[in-house]
Amino acid sequence: MRAFHDRIHALVVSLVLLVAAMLMPAHGETFESALAGFAADSYNDTDTAITAVAASGNALAAPVIEALQDGRLLFNPADKKIYLKDKAGALLDATTGNPAAGVAAADLKLVRVNNRLRRTIDAALGGLTLLASDPAKRYEAAQAVFKSREAAALPTLETALAKETDGRVKRALAEARAAVLLTVDSAAEADKVDAIAIIRQRGDQDALALLSGVPSSAPPAVTRAAKDAIAAIETRLAQWAMVQNTWYGLSLGSVLLLAAIGLAITFGVMGVINMAHGEMVMLGAYVTFVVQEVIRTNNPALLDYALAIAVPLAFVVSGAVGILIERGVIRFLYGRPLETLLATWGLSLILQQAVRTQFGPTNKEVSNPSWMSGAFELGGITITYNRLWIICFTLAVFVALIGLLRLTRLGLEMRAVTQNRAMAASMGIRTSRIDALTFGLGSGIAGLAGVALSQIDNVSPNLGQGYIIDSFLVVVFGGVGNLWGTLVGAFTLGIANKFLEPFAGAVLGKIAILVFIILFIQRRPQGLFALKGRAVEA
Amino acid sequence: MITATLVRSFDRGATIFVLVIAAIAIAVPLANLVLPATSPFHVPTYLVSLWGKYVCYAVLALSIDLIWGYCGILSLGHGAFFALGGYAMGMYLMRQIGTRGVYAHPILPDFMVFLNWPELPVYWYGFQHLPYALLMVVLVPGMLAFVFGWFAFRSRVTGVYLSIITQALTFALMLGFFRNNFGFGGNNGLTDFKNILGFNVQASGTRAALFSISCIALILGFFVCRAVVTSKLGKVLIAIRDAEARTRFLGYRVESYKLFVFTLSACMAGIAGALYVPQVGIINPSEFAPGNSIEAVIWVAVGGRGTLTGAVIGAIVVNYGKTFFTTGALAPYWLFVLGGLFVAVTLLLPRGIVGTLRHWWAMRRVVARPGDKPNGVSASPTAPQAAE
Repeated sequence: MRAFHDRIHALVVSLVLLVAAMLMPAHGETFESALAGFAADSYNDTDTAITAVAASGNALAAPVIEALQDGRLLFNPADKKIYLKDKAGALLDATTGNPAAGVAAADLKLVRVNNRLRRTIDAALGGLTLLASDPAKRYEAAQAVFKSREAAALPTLETALAKETDGRVKRALAEARAAVLLTVDSAAEADKVDAIAIIRQRGDQDALALLSGVPSSAPPAVTRAAKDAIAAIETRLAQWAMVQNTWYGLSLGSVLLLAAIGLAITFGVMGVINMAHGEMVMLGAYVTFVVQEVIRTNNPALLDYALAIAVPLAFVVSGAVGILIERGVIRFLYGRPLETLLATWGLSLILQQAVRTQFGPTNKEVSNPSWMSGAFELGGITITYNRLWIICFTLAVFVALIGLLRLTRLGLEMRAVTQNRAMAASMGIRTSRIDALTFGLGSGIAGLAGVALSQIDNVSPNLGQGYIIDSFLVVVFGGVGNLWGTLVGAFTLGIANKFLEPFAGAVLGKIAILVFIILFIQRRPQGLFALKGRAVEA
Repeated sequence: MITATLVRSFDRGATIFVLVIAAIAIAVPLANLVLPATSPFHVPTYLVSLWGKYVCYAVLALSIDLIWGYCGILSLGHGAFFALGGYAMGMYLMRQIGTRGVYAHPILPDFMVFLNWPELPVYWYGFQHLPYALLMVVLVPGMLAFVFGWFAFRSRVTGVYLSIITQALTFALMLGFFRNNFGFGGNNGLTDFKNILGFNVQASGTRAALFSISCIALILGFFVCRAVVTSKLGKVLIAIRDAEARTRFLGYRVESYKLFVFTLSACMAGIAGALYVPQVGIINPSEFAPGNSIEAVIWVAVGGRGTLTGAVIGAIVVNYGKTFFTTGALAPYWLFVLGGLFVAVTLLLPRGIVGTLRHWWAMRRVVARPGDKPNGVSASPTAPQAAE
């Protein structure tokens, strides 16, 4: 009974608002005289005052009612003047909105509200925002009505809809109106069918929930339309889920690619099994951490650029360590891949333990810069900025690497040494220098991967270990010695993994991928894209 | 004929080695059980278990040496076969707990009761019988190796590719065994063992017996490996190691030889795992970790690949070093030592301890009698470049 009464009440408020909206611009006197009702210190008078203030169309109406809602609206019992405290606590004159002078806060009394008044306030505010001048506010209000399906808002919605010019807001308002119509029992059958068509256009989870709520007792035309719409929306959502999975797969694939590109150079091009590759990634991540800490203590203003500063540094640090490893260990082991594997595994243990000794075994926190946090909606999926950046970064690194190998003299020499060492040496290329530089390049790229991974993974001494097996599998799967193969391999495995996850779960999906690659290598030991000709035998 | 094989396969070094292991197999349990605790020669029970663990590792090292040292197959997933053997034994030991578990269920192991499993999964049937469990200890790793090797060797996956996919195999198994619904205890694995053949696994008598059995297994494994590598089959294996394509062109079915030795090696690794579990008292999925398998390879490299005694010595020396370093103030430095060992052995000591000694011995004989060619080193990869 009480709820019904409140609804009627809200309806009345909305109707008054509607009239007010039509009469806009409203008159200052109305607002001022309406305000006086708050000073009467009676619930009934306050109620009338809220409605009247909302209907006045004055720019101060919304702040005043909000202040009432938050308990910031005061009145002076002596001269019946109304004041509001702003969010900072300063006293303002409610009639003008200017700072109030010569009033002591101690003399003022709070305008009291009860539950019935709160309802009036909500309805008034909802109506006010539906008619607000800011389109973003109108849009939000329409969305709120869509969710609450408040029948009382219907007349206001109609008014707002009639004078709306912004396309996006207009659609939101129409959807809100449709949602309300569908819920209100008294609406005509044809209106309901129209409403279903509008909601079907919206086509998201909320729309689905709304349509599933249509009672089976509704007229057959309505239930049939609802059923059709549900089927259509479900198909659409399934398609978006597919897009979402592809996106996740691309994201995972880009991480795999980033970790594997460096390996594609050292393993694919040079034929060196570098089990310490993961540790190069880890070093890159720690460089990012150190850069961030140094900037945080010395120049916090630059914190947003820490990542950009870390990129070249990580490349240099990991690359330098790579060159050291090549000169110190690997060059003695060329032609003995299994021994190289063991020696570099040993190096990976040493590097891990060195970092653990220096930085401790716990995870280090690397924060996301502001331009990498947050997300946006694209159609039916959510895209986070950090994943988007990582995909862009990966592709940039990939393109830069291809360019380096194709277009520069260093790249030319690298390819020459890879294809025929003896011939390259007789042409005057210093092969040992090229070996060191190539290994340094591969390691440096692993360092770049570390910068990106520090944004989405735990920066700990074990960071690299998680990627080493995956990276090898990507390189072998794509075809050793072929960078494009690595690209295709990484994205194929990433997307396959994400499509398997919903059916098999994360771990079983991963196992399935591993088994698939093991079988695949049996079938095609050269990988997806085999090098043709004599290079294979080398 | 068997005697003939044995006699032919034994030189002086091998005989001495077997005698030493046999002496240890008898002496250590005696020193533990018979000598009073006050005696300076008394061996405490924890040491018996610890050394028993080393002996199991030595069997694993032997199995790796057989394929890597003599056939050039570097498996980075041999820990998987070891762990599978261990799990088969662990399943027997779990079934022996009976009503003494926390939930006192007569048939289901504790973790199944905890996970609300209504009944025993089919693949747990029969494990209450030791002979069946022992059969599985050999059969499961053997079958896996056979199937895996069948595919891998027939499609001529060799060298580092094989190493990488064996590593992927053990990684996949690790992920699988970590899952609760695989029915092997998930993360915690199998533990809390009570009895083995009615004897308390904690009792020092049982421990001593297990130690002796492990030593006997080591001796038997050594016999088998020795018999294989000194036979004509062994010569073919070495030929495959040194020049696979040439061996194939000579008309040998390379993949069959490889498949045989790979499967044999996996069975040995399974036995090693089965002996390991009752002495350590737990088996969990971390035994499948790729790092463990690679560590086992370095034991062989330290001792000397292509020398069976070297594999055993390497396993014991490295693991003793690990115990020495990880129990005490030096613990943070163990990984530096282990990592350094990997680098140093591959760079400076490619023949390993035993291989270097043999080489040195042979060279001395050459110097003493100029004109003779060094003999007896052909079994070890003297020319590492040709090894792959």
